[in-house]
Amino acid sequence: MNEQTCVIDDKPWLDARQPPFIRIKNVTKKFGDFIAVNNVSLDIYRSELFCLLGGSGCGKSTLLRMLSGFELPTSGSIEIDGQDMAGLPPHARPTNMMFQSYALFPHMNVEKNIAYGLQRDGLNRQEVKQRVQEILTLVQLQDFAKRKPSQLSGGQRQRVALARSLVKKPKVLLLDEPLAALDKKLREETQFELVNIQESLGVTFIVVTHDQEEAMTLSTRLGVMDAGEIVQIGEPREVYEYPGNRFVADFIGSVNIFDGRVIEEDTNFVIIRSEEAKIDIHVSHGVSCTPSQKVSYAIRPEKIQMCLKKPKNVKNLLKGRVNEIAYMGNLSVYQIELEGGKRVRVTQPNTIRSDEGAITWEDEVYLWWDGAAGVVLTS
Amino acid sequence: MSDKKTFVDRMPFSQQIAGFFARIGLSPRAMVIAIPTLWLLIFFLIPFVVVAKISLSEAAIARPPYLPLWEFKDGILNVTLNIGNYIFLTEDPLYYSAFIESITIAGFSTFFALLIGYPMAYMIARAPDRTRNILLMLVILPFWSSFLLRVYAWIGILKTKGLINGALMWLGIIDDPIVMMQTDFAVYVGIVYTYLPFMILPLYANLVKLDESLLEAASDLGASPFMTFLTITLPLSLPGIFAGSLLVFIPAVGEFVIPQLLGGPDTLMIGKILWNEFFSNRDWPVASAVAIAMLFVLVIPVMLLQKAQQADGEQS
Amino acid sequence: MKRRSLFITIAGILGFIFLYAPIVSLVIFSFNKSRLVTVWGGFSTKWYGELLQDPQILGAAWISLQIAFISACLAIVIGTLAAFVLVRFKKFRTRTLLSGMITAPLVMPEVITGLSLLLLFVAMQGLIGWPVGRGITTIIISHATFGAAYAAVIIQSRLVDMDLSIEEAASDLGAKPIRVFFDITLPTITPALISGWLLAFTLSLDDLVIASFVSGPGSSTLPMVIFSKVRLGVTPEINALATIIILIVSLGVIVAALTMQKGNKQNVA
Repeated sequence: MNEQTCVIDDKPWLDARQPPFIRIKNVTKKFGDFIAVNNVSLDIYRSELFCLLGGSGCGKSTLLRMLSGFELPTSGSIEIDGQDMAGLPPHARPTNMMFQSYALFPHMNVEKNIAYGLQRDGLNRQEVKQRVQEILTLVQLQDFAKRKPSQLSGGQRQRVALARSLVKKPKVLLLDEPLAALDKKLREETQFELVNIQESLGVTFIVVTHDQEEAMTLSTRLGVMDAGEIVQIGEPREVYEYPGNRFVADFIGSVNIFDGRVIEEDTNFVIIRSEEAKIDIHVSHGVSCTPSQKVSYAIRPEKIQMCLKKPKNVKNLLKGRVNEIAYMGNLSVYQIELEGGKRVRVTQPNTIRSDEGAITWEDEVYLWWDGAAGVVLTS
Repeated sequence: MSDKKTFVDRMPFSQQIAGFFARIGLSPRAMVIAIPTLWLLIFFLIPFVVVAKISLSEAAIARPPYLPLWEFKDGILNVTLNIGNYIFLTEDPLYYSAFIESITIAGFSTFFALLIGYPMAYMIARAPDRTRNILLMLVILPFWSSFLLRVYAWIGILKTKGLINGALMWLGIIDDPIVMMQTDFAVYVGIVYTYLPFMILPLYANLVKLDESLLEAASDLGASPFMTFLTITLPLSLPGIFAGSLLVFIPAVGEFVIPQLLGGPDTLMIGKILWNEFFSNRDWPVASAVAIAMLFVLVIPVMLLQKAQQADGEQS
Repeated sequence: MKRRSLFITIAGILGFIFLYAPIVSLVIFSFNKSRLVTVWGGFSTKWYGELLQDPQILGAAWISLQIAFISACLAIVIGTLAAFVLVRFKKFRTRTLLSGMITAPLVMPEVITGLSLLLLFVAMQGLIGWPVGRGITTIIISHATFGAAYAAVIIQSRLVDMDLSIEEAASDLGAKPIRVFFDITLPTITPALISGWLLAFTLSLDDLVIASFVSGPGSSTLPMVIFSKVRLGVTPEINALATIIILIVSLGVIVAALTMQKGNKQNVA
């Protein structure tokens, strides 16, 4: 197998010949006058772990509920593995859902909760028992089979909910904020566990989350949603490094944005004049734009260099004063006030322990960045 | 994945059932709606129409004791509407004063129930969790035991040779027994006593939701406990006061058993009048007219109550 | 820290004394040998003996129990359906009508309900020949109607509190709607069903006014018999009866409260 096919195997969305596993076509959902999901089209491939990321009320949960059958699209179609989902009630769909509240049946113990779905499929008792055992082992809850949900910790409940939705081997597993109810430490551990389980079973996962770090860690690809529309689809790195518009740049990670106007435009470089930064920003690659077009220049705080002495031979040099410092342990966030009053956010790793000679409040500092460090946003 | 497949294959069966209902013109959903709606329509709403109809007919010595409202005579439909019963109600001062007295008694009883019930509800709402459940149960418990017997118990307490008079005379405070039975006082006691849980429960439900930190904030800002109560607790508990008062007032207006057992012959409450018209005078049309008049008196408080409960439902 | 003022505590305690004094006096005087309330004639259970030999009271109690049992069962079916429809079916044409009709019996003066039901039964007999006369059947129908209203209120509040996602989860795991109802909804609302049934049962046992209107010859219920006796004054036999009823009710309420609490604990999970 040569390297080229390997890449495509890993990333089926790059291969135009690959048929998508889930095909969402022009789906719109209205509640009265309110448009919750607006003309969304999305292809998801087999064994993907796809994250739908967005703030509350952006329509991500509604989209998930349309996949599971709890809501019906106002228009548009949803196809899973070549089968049209229209008219199929939730109980007849090849999907299973892990609920944000976990929705464990309070009157049944762990074993019965997990067996419930298998029993609905009319499996014989022997088989049900065996499958429940297998999945309990997978989520490491063998010793808790007889407990009621009320006797479990938050993390254990989360695993029961996962086991219950996975045990039926659905074609697609839908997860609604699967980690939101866990505390930070447990959430980080569980993220990797979730990825491991997904990879070992090969089930297609669709995860809804509002937590961008979670989406970046988990997903093969993610879709950013805003006001009922998908604004960008891509791999985590792609979305972070090449945000398609201002909303995505701002929503994922933090970003400094300079408004400006294109003054020079070439195939190899672009120069943007920004009143806010009081400099001409030099971009070392071509951008599809027209001269004198209004654009935004976005640069991430960690891509900006900072020091007390004026560096030589650099482009994109700014001067400012340290306004605020937030010490976060592994890194520090600085807010620098430029001469024009614009504030810029810069992060620096704390590589040494002592704070001697470190940049402090009211220091005059110089900021600069590489011509390829930022992104030009035309929308 | 094959499991899913077998399930999908079984689908048509449930569709068949749904199809069957659809063929007889009813979806399962419509059936579920129809059963309680029809029952209540027949046994709750239509009876009022019947009452209204009979209130417009003339009393007669017959079985049933009223004349039909309409009859076919020589192929002509004759409708005789008789508003005489209502005119009778306005002409005889008995009914007018009974209405006034019922409303007065119910109103004052509601006020007294509020005075007694508010501290109780407040105490329950502020009690520690365990005590709170026990106290709540103590409020609900009498409500579950026989209403009639609880009213009856007051006879033994209030009558001339009853507990209170016995105790007071034994203590030497009075020489002659006070007459309490068969007075309006006894009726007030009975109504307040019987409907107290109706006042306490909505008040409690409201007060228990009150955020303690609001009281702390008020006191932090310099309000005395009494001022805190007056400016924070009381205004915030108004919905509870409103609901509780209506729950006491409405049934108290039509009360029959309490004035009958504890009140005297001059305690004229409208429930008693209706009962007497029906059972003693066997005048069904006038009894019906009294009922309709009472409904008109109560329709505004009932609608207020419905509105209050809807607002509460939306809030929670 | 919870604020508790002395005034509130004293007023509250006095309130509870007011609530319980009559009940306690009933119990105490049921054991009084003397017929007089003011005289303590020594401890005796003779009134209990007399009560148990009173065929009129025993017969009426038996009729009342039958009526209460059947009407509570009917009430719970109608009440559950009404509550379910009102909580779960957001939009349907008769919604306002149904929600009005299910709450109105709660506040309707009994004399009006009683009179209107009687007039209905009379009219129905004239029109369709049923029910023939008044008696146990008409009392059951009347009690089931207002019992349903109370049951519906209790079940409604339980349904509103219920986490909808556990029903969705069952449906997602392959359960058809009817299956979801029996596997998930019903077990969750069982405590409410039990207390709703008990409430309808006791209300039926307790009702005097409506039963007086819609009863016929030979169908005198227990409250009707008690009423005719207590009109004449204090009867120690009735004290004994009251004590027995209070005992049963207290036990019932405690059991119901414990079941409810257990159900609540499970629901928290």
